[in-house]
Amino acid sequence: MPKPPLNNRAQVRRTMGTTEVSILVFFAVVIVALIVISVLFSVEGESELAFHPMDQFMIKPLFGEYGDPVYWYTVTNLTFWMALAVLCVVLMFVLGTRGRAIVPGRSQSVAELTYGFVFKMVEDVTGKEAVKFFPYIFTLFLFILFANFVALIPTSASPTSQITVTAFLALAVFLTVTVVGFVKNGMKFLGLFWVSSAPLALRPILAIIELISYFVRPVSHSIRLAGNIMAGHAVIKVFAGFAAITAIAPVSVLAITAIFGLEVLVAFIQAYVFTILTCVYLKDALHPSH
Amino acid sequence: MELEAASALGQFAGAGLAAIGSGLAAIGVGNVAGNFLAGALRNPSAANAQTATLFIGIAFAEALGIFAFLVSLLLMFAV
Repeated sequence: MPKPPLNNRAQVRRTMGTTEVSILVFFAVVIVALIVISVLFSVEGESELAFHPMDQFMIKPLFGEYGDPVYWYTVTNLTFWMALAVLCVVLMFVLGTRGRAIVPGRSQSVAELTYGFVFKMVEDVTGKEAVKFFPYIFTLFLFILFANFVALIPTSASPTSQITVTAFLALAVFLTVTVVGFVKNGMKFLGLFWVSSAPLALRPILAIIELISYFVRPVSHSIRLAGNIMAGHAVIKVFAGFAAITAIAPVSVLAITAIFGLEVLVAFIQAYVFTILTCVYLKDALHPSH
Repeated sequence: MELEAASALGQFAGAGLAAIGSGLAAIGVGNVAGNFLAGALRNPSAANAQTATLFIGIAFAEALGIFAFLVSLLLMFAV
């Protein structure tokens, strides 16, 4: 085997360039093919996908048909998957740590790592005196995390993609934080809205802005989670709809795989973001000085 | 009848325009993450302590994109 010449770096760069160009050409061809195929299908009047990507978010009674009235006591598919998420948490954190081994096994060490992760987050973001709120925050984190992960099972219903579920979680956090703020600080809690570091003339305007941003918190808090999960699942379904078209089926199956990987990441990150924002709001309630 | 068609057109066009806000929020999130990475590469030892701040910043940048998404949803389904 002859040794490669010393100036092979330039050659490597040139070949890299050609591979990049070929990848670009490949994607351009794929996109053009997508457009052409979609145009052809729309001309034929068969642009309807086999299913609507938002169909998966329908709340159905678990026993009975879709369209049956859903009352507050009706067990729906959402209830079922939430119960499964809670069951997973119980399995992992009650049964998994039952042995209380000094050298933890697999499930116990994962449980301990998760516990330590959230505990450190609460301590770092909110401070030492917020540790008594740790059980609540840990419960929130575990429920959202496991609901997100369980919802990644195909044909499941995703509870956290429903604004009903996330709005309830976010409103609970909002009420808790407001009550804690008033109980801990009394009327001084209103100092959160009175920015004492700003010039006096600006303070009323800033107070209005702070007040609005305070009351918008539960909205953004809940829709962030629901929107992210819903969008991810809808994108997967859109590509699943494309898989019915033979010409682009391989591309769409690859895309589903890639997006599924992304969704596993998003499932964790959104649970983390929800929890850390809870910590931030709690910190504002415990130390309202602006 | 034409008024209905025009209002439906405005509804969908408005929803689409509102969805642009999500893309703008993506720019903001990328800005936060990119600046964090630039800082973290200069001083990697300080990076771990700031990961929480990174996510808080991303969440706040994303919140405004969520409002655009919300306006889009309201136009599509609530108007």
